[in-house]
Amino acid sequence: MPQLETATFLPQLVWLLITFALLYVLMAKVALPRVAEVVDGRRKRLEQDLEEAARLKRETEKAIADYEQALATARAKAQAIAGETRARISAEQAATKAKLEAEIAERTKAAEASILAAKQQALSQLKSVAAEAASEVVARISGTAPGNDAVSTAVDQALAKRSA
Amino acid sequence: MAAEHHSPLEQFKVKCLAFCGDGGQLQAFSFTNASLFMVLSALCAVLLMVYGMRQRELVPGRLQSVAELSYEFVANMVRENVGPNGRQYFPFIFTLFIFVLMANMLGMVPYSFTVTSHIIVTFALAITVFLGVTVVAIARNGIHFFTHFMPAGVPMWLAPIIVPIEIISYLSRPISLSLRLCANMLAGHTTLKVFAGFVASMIGMGGVLSASGILPLIMVTALTALEFLIAFLQAYVFAILTCLYLAEAVNMEHH
Repeated sequence: MPQLETATFLPQLVWLLITFALLYVLMAKVALPRVAEVVDGRRKRLEQDLEEAARLKRETEKAIADYEQALATARAKAQAIAGETRARISAEQAATKAKLEAEIAERTKAAEASILAAKQQALSQLKSVAAEAASEVVARISGTAPGNDAVSTAVDQALAKRSA
Repeated sequence: MAAEHHSPLEQFKVKCLAFCGDGGQLQAFSFTNASLFMVLSALCAVLLMVYGMRQRELVPGRLQSVAELSYEFVANMVRENVGPNGRQYFPFIFTLFIFVLMANMLGMVPYSFTVTSHIIVTFALAITVFLGVTVVAIARNGIHFFTHFMPAGVPMWLAPIIVPIEIISYLSRPISLSLRLCANMLAGHTTLKVFAGFVASMIGMGGVLSASGILPLIMVTALTALEFLIAFLQAYVFAILTCLYLAEAVNMEHH
């Protein structure tokens, strides 16, 4: 069995020591620190990226909240302006309406007064026309002109009778 | 001596390649096929861990992935079995693991030499681990280290039995550690060679019998797959047992 040939022991041990020691130094001083650096660097990078993503998410959420806040404020303002405008317009309308109504009432009153005056005038004219016509008729029939007072009294009586 | 030439143990023969003494006598620095494969194992490890990591990429390529995977594998092994006290021993355990793994894997190449099939090599590694762990244990625990041989809670009258048993079990660690690895490699490679020999001799029978050579061939194929598993597994076992011994040494409970 080649494993039991003691003459091979010494060179095997010597070369095992050489190769294993060299490998240990290379691993401990070069390879493993390098792998650790890469692996740790990747882990750090991942953590940073995740943190960055969380931060961006928080910022986005804040921006959305701000936007909604601004939107609500704007909506409330718009409603306030609309309400104010509505109130102002209806007040204006009410004022105009009241003014117009007052004008109409005034005009109606004036018209009624002028109608009444015209009526009075017409009535008074009617009296003189009637007296004239009556004196004319009396003059034609009797040949003598009646006295003015008599005619006027007679017309007054006749008109009073009629309006009664 | 044709029969001896085809012996399944022929593959384990140490042959001198350079720096040989007069008359083929081996000397201390004689470069043999064993030395060659030790150098190759170390070179493969360096190739993987140094050349593989040369670009230090954030998104690793194939070789860098394997290098990082090996690193994480051993780092987790040390972290889980030894704990934070084991960090400083990580480079040694990693070197041990990668060297044994590469030696085992190179041994799977046809016509190659399996470094770890020689008891002297595995024993040298095991005794290094054993002595190292013992030195660490005594350095960290002082005289308290010797309570290891007298577990707490054992009645005093059992001491004459328990203490020798514990001492023998402690001293047999390097033997079991080295024999396990060496015997696995030796047995596996010998079995492969024997079955491969069957393929050749059955084909050589001629006629219909030649066809039956397929049976040992199937066997050799299956065994080869198994041997790859064992090559990895034994490197893992060697490393994890080292971790467990080390864990005992650095995490000894003080009463």
